[in-house]
Parts: sequence; C-alpha cells; structure tokens
Amino acid sequence: MTTVHNFGVSPISCHSWSGDRKSLALSQNSNEVTLFSSSGSDWKQTGLLDQHDLRVTSIDWAPKTNRIVTCSSDRNAYVWVLDDNNVWKKTLVLLRINRAATCVRWSPEENKFAVGSGAKIISICYHEKEFDGWVSKHIKKPMQSTVTSIDWHPNNILIAAGSTDFKVRVFSSFVKDVEARPSPTEWGSKMPMGYLMKEFSNSSAGGGWVHAVSFSPDGSKLAWAGHDSSISVADAANDMLVMKLKTNLLPMCSLTWIRPNTIAAAGHNCVPYTFIVESDAVKLGSAMEEDKKKESSGKTSAMDLFKNKDKLGQNELETKLNFTHQKQIAEIRIVGGQKGDVDTFSTCSLDGKIVVWNLKTLAGQMKGLKI
Amino acid sequence: MAKNTSSNVFRTLDVDQYNEDNYKEDNDSTDPAALGPNDTLITSLLAANKPVEALTHLLSGATLGIKDQAARTASLTLAMRVLMAIKASQIDDAVAQLDNENRDVLMKFIYRGFEVPNEGSSAHLLVWHEKVFTVSGVGSIVRVLTDKKRV
Repeated sequence: MTTVHNFGVSPISCHSWSGDRKSLALSQNSNEVTLFSSSGSDWKQTGLLDQHDLRVTSIDWAPKTNRIVTCSSDRNAYVWVLDDNNVWKKTLVLLRINRAATCVRWSPEENKFAVGSGAKIISICYHEKEFDGWVSKHIKKPMQSTVTSIDWHPNNILIAAGSTDFKVRVFSSFVKDVEARPSPTEWGSKMPMGYLMKEFSNSSAGGGWVHAVSFSPDGSKLAWAGHDSSISVADAANDMLVMKLKTNLLPMCSLTWIRPNTIAAAGHNCVPYTFIVESDAVKLGSAMEEDKKKESSGKTSAMDLFKNKDKLGQNELETKLNFTHQKQIAEIRIVGGQKGDVDTFSTCSLDGKIVVWNLKTLAGQMKGLKI
Repeated sequence: MAKNTSSNVFRTLDVDQYNEDNYKEDNDSTDPAALGPNDTLITSLLAANKPVEALTHLLSGATLGIKDQAARTASLTLAMRVLMAIKASQIDDAVAQLDNENRDVLMKFIYRGFEVPNEGSSAHLLVWHEKVFTVSGVGSIVRVLTDKKRV
C-alpha cells in the first residue's frame, strides 16, 4: 500500500522526517526549506527556513536531538534548533569550502555531521563549546572530484563517501574533542582523522558517477549505486569482496537497506526496486509496483482510433507513466523502523509527490514482491 | 590599448593543464601486447561459415580502453564484418548465447558501428540493436554512454 502526499507541482529535491515522523522538512528545488506537520490526512505548513541564498541541496533532521541541518549551493550550512517560542533559530556552520555543498548527514549519535561538497572536501562538523559554534575539520585527500553522497557507519566514526571521480571511499572522521577512541572494525583498526580506510572503484570499465552510498545495518557491508546502472556491495567481513550487479534498468539515485540482506533503491525508473544481497552476488529482487497498464477507456470509436493513429502514430495519447511517481525519484528515506528492519519508507520525486511505501501491505498485495 | 589586442594566440594555450588540482585519469596502462581479438581466428571462422562463433570470440577477446586509434579502427572493422555476416534470423540465437558482459561489449560495438555508416550497415545494426535491447534493456545503453573505456 502506498500513501501519496502531494505538495504541488514543483520538484521535491530533498526531504527529511522528524523523529516522531509527524513533521516533514522538504525543499522544492529552491533556497527555502518548508516544514509541514501532519494533522489527520492533511499537511499544514508549520515553518519556513529561508536563510540560504542559493538552492538547498540536502536536509537532515536529527531524530533524537531534534535539530535540522541544511546545506546549499551557496557554500553554507545552517543548524536549526527549535526554541521555546516554537521558532526555528539558525546557527551558521563554518564549512570553509569554496564550492557548493552537496549533501549533509547527521552521525548516528548526532554529535557530528558530515557535509560533502564540490570542493572535493568533506567537512566533519562538531560543536565547539568554547567558541559556542559549529566548526569543521576537512577530509581532503585523495578525493579528486565532487562528493555526491555520504553515509555514516553505526560506530559514529567511519563515513562512506561516493564521488563523481567514479570512486567510493571509507574515511575515519574521529574527532578527539568529541568522542572516545573507537575499537577496531572490519574496515581497519587505525582510525586517525581523515584516514582513508578503503577505496573502491565503481567500474572496471572506468565510468559511472556514484549517486548514493549506504552502510548495511551492522556496518560490515557497503552498498552503492553508480550511474552505469549498477548496484555494488562491498563486504568488509569477506575480505573486501565487491559484488556488482549491472542492471537492465536506468540508474538509481538513492538506496537504503530495508532488511539485513535486502536493499531498496530508486532513481530514474520512477519506481523503487529491491535487490537481494547473497554471500557472493547481488541479485535483482523486484519492482515495488506493478506496471498498471490501464485498459483503454472503452468507447474509442473506429474513427477516433484511426484519427489518433494518423496524428500521433499510436492508438491513444499516453503521457502518464503507469507508476505512482511520474518523474525520477530523488531520495529514499526510512519512515517506520530503522535500517535493516524497515516497515515503511518514503520516496520524494521531481513530480512534487512524496510517496510512503508500506512493506507489510505491499507484500500482501503484490505476489511477486521479493524482500 | 595593449599591444597585442589583435593577437588571438593566447586562446590556443590550454591553461587548465597547469592547474595542479586537475583530475588525473587512473593510468591503468592497457598492455599493448594484449591487443584486441584474434584477427586470423575470426577471419577463418567467418570463411568457414561459422559467424556466431566468430562473434563469441570477437566479444570475449575485445579489450576496452585501448589508446591506439589504428587498433581501435581495425577492431571496429572486424566487428562490423562479423555483425554483417550474421543473418537477421540468426541474431536471436546469437544474442541468447552471450553472457551479460559480452552483451554490453556488443552494444558498444553496435553504437560505434552507427557512427561510421556504410551502405546498408545501419539498417542491419538497427535489427541487432533491437534484439540486444530486448534482452539487456536500457542498462546496456546507459553503460555505452558512461563507461570511460571505450571499445
């Protein structure tokens, strides 16, 4: 079962849910972030975060501490905190980058966040008590191009970054002032700040921007989606084995783990797909929606049929896609449950809709659904 | 007015190469000795009227990312000969026998073949394109566009 939330005709470039899932922050391809709260089946606008000068590229709402971080093409990021008068107060973050910020994500413990940018830098930002502000440390080497996507490892230290230089890298973002030294993981034991733990190339044939990266729920596997229509999974526990699936579909733009061994990915195909990760290969699961080919509306007379054939070259004018989303999906976010045990997830798309997908009811409805 | 206002020579200078922050390609030097598919083997298979086998050999042997233009043109001419030799009715079987990697390489050859049309070649290539597309979908076409190592 899917619930469709319509927010107009403007594309929704990014979105994020509040911790209690009653509020939603989204940006409609502009420099503003609008906050909505659900009242029954309707959405009421409860806030407007309009401090950015240029397009907002990414939003993340920390569930436990209730802080929102937004980053934008204007090279800035702001942290927004709700004060006692129910007004969102902003704090500028000193990213020290000279290009657009492309993506931002809070760490699992919400004491740091990472911002990827076109300056080939990842800024790890934390709150400095003496200065009473957000300062950043840079991770520079060896990135050669824009960072497109970021995901945190559950241990709050390691981050994965996908980039337009066709590589996925795992870095350590250990900040001495904020946290204790981490214990060794499958990715390595030495973890100084900015240390490159592992680097993966997207394709042996050399190409394909990396659109999305995601650690598995236990952090031992790393999945990424490349523009060469592929989904790859690297297994750190299995000697860094990289399993790549070259799909027959259009490229995916966003992905997440819905079960310990199942990935949900969505992108230019306008419908989410599931991928099953086995011990040595990734396999395509199924689409999460059936191609609803509507029966043609009955009473087309013979004359209309031939008129259409002559004018349009086909039987009837088909402009609508047979899926819920009409344009490519920009982002997938988990709504109910957590990574690895997801009940519901949402997709935002360039057609102005946010669709919430309920896995339990979908599994009941669609016989072919493989999770 | 500056003395060299009329001179456009500066426009021919590539300033970007001096920028130390440039993106440097991964230099996996393809071993020049391991050049493309075995020319003689494939020609003999074609002569022996076994074009489908020739196709399998051609695709498995094709190396991507060769820098030498002459070698690339030679391998393209060879590929075109094989593709033209296989009749339209045999294409279905030929495509079904290939694995996914080889189908991607085949799609790359098809698009390169479109770039240099000979008489009647494009029509036949269109049939090839349609048959490969039904099996490999849009993914293989996306890979023709995104893979940096061209065939």
